[in-house]
Amino acid sequence: MANMQMNKTPMPEADPIERSRCFEEVAKGYTEEQAINEAKRCLNCKNRPCVSGCPVGVRIPEFIAKVAEGDFEGAYAVIKQTNSLPAVCGRVCPQESQCESKCVRGVKGESVAIGRLERFCADWHMAHAKDLPQTSYGIPKNDKKIAVIGSGPSGLSCAESLARRGYEVTVFEAFHTAGGVLVYGIPQFRLPKEIVKAEIDELKKMGVEVLLDMVMGRVITIDELFEQGYDAVFVGTGAGLPRFLGIPGENSCGVYSANEFLTRVNLMKAYKEEYDTPIYQARSVAVVGGGNVAMDAARCAKRLGAEQVMIVYRRGESEMPARLEEIHHAKEEGIIFKLLTNPCEIIADERGFAKQMVCDVMVLGEPDASGRRSPEPSGEKITLDVDSVIVAVGTSPNPLIRMTTPGLETDRRGCIVTEDGVTSSRPGVFAGGDAVTGAATVILAMGAGKRAADAIDAYIQNK
Amino acid sequence: MFKIVKKESLNAQTDRMTVLAPLVAAKALPGQFVILRADEYAERIPLTVADYDREAGTVTVIFQKVGMSTQKIGELKEGESLLDFVGPLGTASHLDGLRRVAVIGGGLGCAIAYPQAKYLHAAGAQVDMIVGFRNADLIILEEEMRAVSTNLIMMTDDGSKGERGFVTDALKAQLEAGVEYDEVIAIGPPVMMKFVSLLTKQYGVKTIVSMNPIMIDGTGMCGGCRVTVGGKIKFACVDGPEFDGHEVDFDELIRRNSAYVPQEREAAHRYNCNLMKQAEEK
Repeated sequence: MANMQMNKTPMPEADPIERSRCFEEVAKGYTEEQAINEAKRCLNCKNRPCVSGCPVGVRIPEFIAKVAEGDFEGAYAVIKQTNSLPAVCGRVCPQESQCESKCVRGVKGESVAIGRLERFCADWHMAHAKDLPQTSYGIPKNDKKIAVIGSGPSGLSCAESLARRGYEVTVFEAFHTAGGVLVYGIPQFRLPKEIVKAEIDELKKMGVEVLLDMVMGRVITIDELFEQGYDAVFVGTGAGLPRFLGIPGENSCGVYSANEFLTRVNLMKAYKEEYDTPIYQARSVAVVGGGNVAMDAARCAKRLGAEQVMIVYRRGESEMPARLEEIHHAKEEGIIFKLLTNPCEIIADERGFAKQMVCDVMVLGEPDASGRRSPEPSGEKITLDVDSVIVAVGTSPNPLIRMTTPGLETDRRGCIVTEDGVTSSRPGVFAGGDAVTGAATVILAMGAGKRAADAIDAYIQNK
Repeated sequence: MFKIVKKESLNAQTDRMTVLAPLVAAKALPGQFVILRADEYAERIPLTVADYDREAGTVTVIFQKVGMSTQKIGELKEGESLLDFVGPLGTASHLDGLRRVAVIGGGLGCAIAYPQAKYLHAAGAQVDMIVGFRNADLIILEEEMRAVSTNLIMMTDDGSKGERGFVTDALKAQLEAGVEYDEVIAIGPPVMMKFVSLLTKQYGVKTIVSMNPIMIDGTGMCGGCRVTVGGKIKFACVDGPEFDGHEVDFDELIRRNSAYVPQEREAAHRYNCNLMKQAEEK
């Protein structure tokens, strides 16, 4: 008999005031009892609408049935068949617009908490892995070598799918730590870096080689990879190039791209005393933008000790692209939302440090091409006192690969052109994730990595 | 891990270090840079390639032990290793086709000016090297530079070696004497590059400068190294590090480079206190 409770079983969270001073994970995860209770809310529908909402096709009702039975390792095994990073996805996927949006229980009441259950299974596996018999992959090798450029979500998911089929996979990462946006972008309090490391270690056990400090295009080009005997190349280099506002004063000291700010905090660990990378200690911070990256940056700034942190966004709250949960968490932690506010100038002090930001007060006009009502200046201006500004208005693909790979077609935004989402204009070169679509989500990139692995497999079979 | 195969002191503050990094050595060209990290806790530091040996698989960098992070690297000995050594990064210099060039180096900038002069000299160009130091004790690479230049003009601020004065004085004398350069390449402190560029603009001589901004990744990802060139934002790590000196906003670069001065000072102080404490304990 299903549990007919209307709402999701609540997940324990750290106290907003306490947590806004440290980098500990906010959402604490379910206990075994909470997980079983929530799993019993699943009706195990025959047509499985939730699965159609998952970019990697996790067999959701099957794994939830195992959780309900208390077979947590069995549940993990079901997820792992189609999702290479369950501990990551359970934390950062926008489930409310994917699997959970299709859940029948959501018609009347709240959907089953699929994301929380996925996370529970992955965490349970990690916590108990040392007591369980070691997974021995023992996959027979097929002697075909594949190079995966970038160790972010798309690269890792492509690498795992290929390794499972016996390919010899080498992942090339430009940074000194593998994980891409999972380590430099998403903060510790949302996705602990130990979890990313554990997922990548699992991949290495499958025989995937991960090479760090390799800026591909510069140190080795794609043409050279083929000369070295690689049979195919996957480009999962993401969208790492930050956009700026193009307003006067933007190059003042104390003005960061969200990428720079988050990299200093998350990858270089500037918030820990024993790490050397400095970060500007700001008192009043304005984060410009309304997406998840803006929320991450604002919440990091708060944790670094800023007295006041503002989100400055030119549209209204309902137009914000950030997940509702992120907006909710940010507000709980005391982030101030300055909506319908569009920066037009940053004023610096005599030493060149930001001290004020002048903004246009906006009004919403007619819906634009994206369907969102477009903001227009009202004529009124306000001045915010700030000593740091973080610009989180989007990113575009990194140019290094396209600059160094003749014949690789890209569009005017710098995205790699593909005929089917994963096959590039260069034979044997495949791509996926933000490098193809422009900035999107972790799970969409993972879905693309998996589809690219299918395409690479088909390409090699037919060669 | 990247092994330090050779390390020597060029003056009291400056070290030359040759690192085994065959993949980087295979590709490096004058004008490019590497990013290195001493250990797990260290910063990522960009340093311009001073020399490379493709056969030996080594890359040489020259650095000044001014801050905590460079001091930390200075502590490492021959045979020890760096945790990370990434490169080659940035766009290589465009040196081909130049026939007569003034290569100007200021202080540590000579470490970067030298490979350019070496490349040009080997390609048969006539190279005047004009180099400046604060005083005779700080001079580096004198013999090396002499070997790759047609004329080496040495300037010191206090006149303790060569002529007394700045590199701009010597360059102006050359230009006034009617020497016609295809290009001037100026590498040194931003303020030196600024004044060289102002001077050459008067004479209409194309001038290339090499930027040394604050950066993290060196691949175009952080935007920390942005400089204004011809009114547009450029990233020194991918678009540069070399730019047209007549287009660069040097005052902005100088301001941006001072962003972490208080933190750097404090970190260096803390580091030196710790070193002294350790020394006392021994």
